[in-house]
Amino acid sequence: MRAAETLLRVQGVSHAFGGVEVLKGLDFEVHRGEFVALVGPSGCGKTTLLNLCSGWLRASAGAVQTTGRVRMVFQQDGLFPWLTVDENIRLGLRHVHEDPERKRRAESLLALIGLQPFASHYPHQLSGGMRQRVELARALGGETDLLLMDEPFSSLDYLTRLKMRGELARLLHEQPRTVVLVTHDIEEAAQLADRVLVLTDRPGRVRDEVRLELPRPRDATHAQVVRAVHHILTELGLETDRETVAVTNGREERR
Amino acid sequence: MTETTPKRAPLLALAGPAALVAVWAALASLRLFPESLFPHPLAVARGLGLELRSGRLVDDAIASLFRVSAGFLLAVALGVPLGLLLGHSTRARVAFLPLVNFFRSLSPLAWIPFAILWLGIGDPPAIFLIFMAAFFPVVLSTTAAVASIPSVYFRVARDLGIDGPELLRDVTLPAIAPQVITTLRVTAGLSWLVVVAAEMIAGRDGLGFAVWDARNGLRIDLLAAAMVTIGLIGVALDRLLVQLTKIPSVRWGYER
Repeated sequence: MRAAETLLRVQGVSHAFGGVEVLKGLDFEVHRGEFVALVGPSGCGKTTLLNLCSGWLRASAGAVQTTGRVRMVFQQDGLFPWLTVDENIRLGLRHVHEDPERKRRAESLLALIGLQPFASHYPHQLSGGMRQRVELARALGGETDLLLMDEPFSSLDYLTRLKMRGELARLLHEQPRTVVLVTHDIEEAAQLADRVLVLTDRPGRVRDEVRLELPRPRDATHAQVVRAVHHILTELGLETDRETVAVTNGREERR
Repeated sequence: MTETTPKRAPLLALAGPAALVAVWAALASLRLFPESLFPHPLAVARGLGLELRSGRLVDDAIASLFRVSAGFLLAVALGVPLGLLLGHSTRARVAFLPLVNFFRSLSPLAWIPFAILWLGIGDPPAIFLIFMAAFFPVVLSTTAAVASIPSVYFRVARDLGIDGPELLRDVTLPAIAPQVITTLRVTAGLSWLVVVAAEMIAGRDGLGFAVWDARNGLRIDLLAAAMVTIGLIGVALDRLLVQLTKIPSVRWGYER
């Protein structure tokens, strides 16, 4: 079988702010349909990497190539507060020029996130979880090829975060997309991603790659998810228990 | 315990003014001061009626409102675009912000002699003075509002392909609207203060001139009547501009 199309190619990318080297010699690819999570210690350049992928920043060295329509989902409120839920979602459908078609699609996106009763509410009248759902709907609306998510659920409480992970898995099932998720939440990465790239301390490099071949949605307490979390935490030097089984490249290996 | 403002309490809102008039009437009735220095509220009410019937008060109010509208709208029409420019460009800010701050700190009343020398008396000097009072605060506050727009809005706009004039119309202007509306309220109030001073010195009509004219004619009842009118119109102006804060698409700026 032919390998899936590469939507994102990061080649020998390094980036520095002033004299501070944030990323050093990164290489990886993301293929169509994949869900890749980037995790790593705080300050290791995860968000910078995402900003390079979105084209907001230009890498000091190396090349970032993307194919197709790219959109970012932000951790803080990226919704326009002066527009209603419906208007925000329609903004994501700007490329649809026929009004009736845009209206129809906006309605179906609203239905997808289950917020029809809130169509004419403003973002500040919604809860954090609801806002994040609208944000997802807006990003999905653009027939986005590549969805870049910068800690999209980090401002939510734990239970809402769990719910949103399930919601994201469901939305991606309905409308498949290629996703690069930056998160400090290892559990979130293990619960959602097909591949987790573990970055090192600054300057960030790819330290390890963990693959999870488990259909979504996954329970946070599923054995394979728990093992992946343990493996990643061990990689980051935060757990030392060597008894647990870790998952690498889809194979289980006893340490 | 928090006190909630009752939605409909028109009578309560009149309690303060009623108390003030009562105290005023009591003081005037006691004749602690000569009647030529401290008018009785009834005399003022009579004066108000007289001025209203003669049409003079209405003409003066219209003259003053015209000057305030002209000066204020001119200040907004020029001040908001300049604020947008300064807000977007760090270089422009470095170059011009000290100047804006200088003029903002300069009392518009200090311009009165020049206003008269350059523009004579009547509408032009008053409009000029109101402009000088309102323009710089509008520039400053628009600049600050633009400079503090969260960058995430511009990133989202870029992702969505919003740029050029659309970016101004769909992102920048709605993002600064709540703050600009607040400034409009403040500067409209300021303009209303300034027009009185301007007309007292450089006017032949208007409410400020009415104050001055009454004083020269030793008609303190008419003087107080003009003052009451000025205060009431000032409150009405603010009530009018408050309506702008009720537009649904700017509520976010006041509710979170």
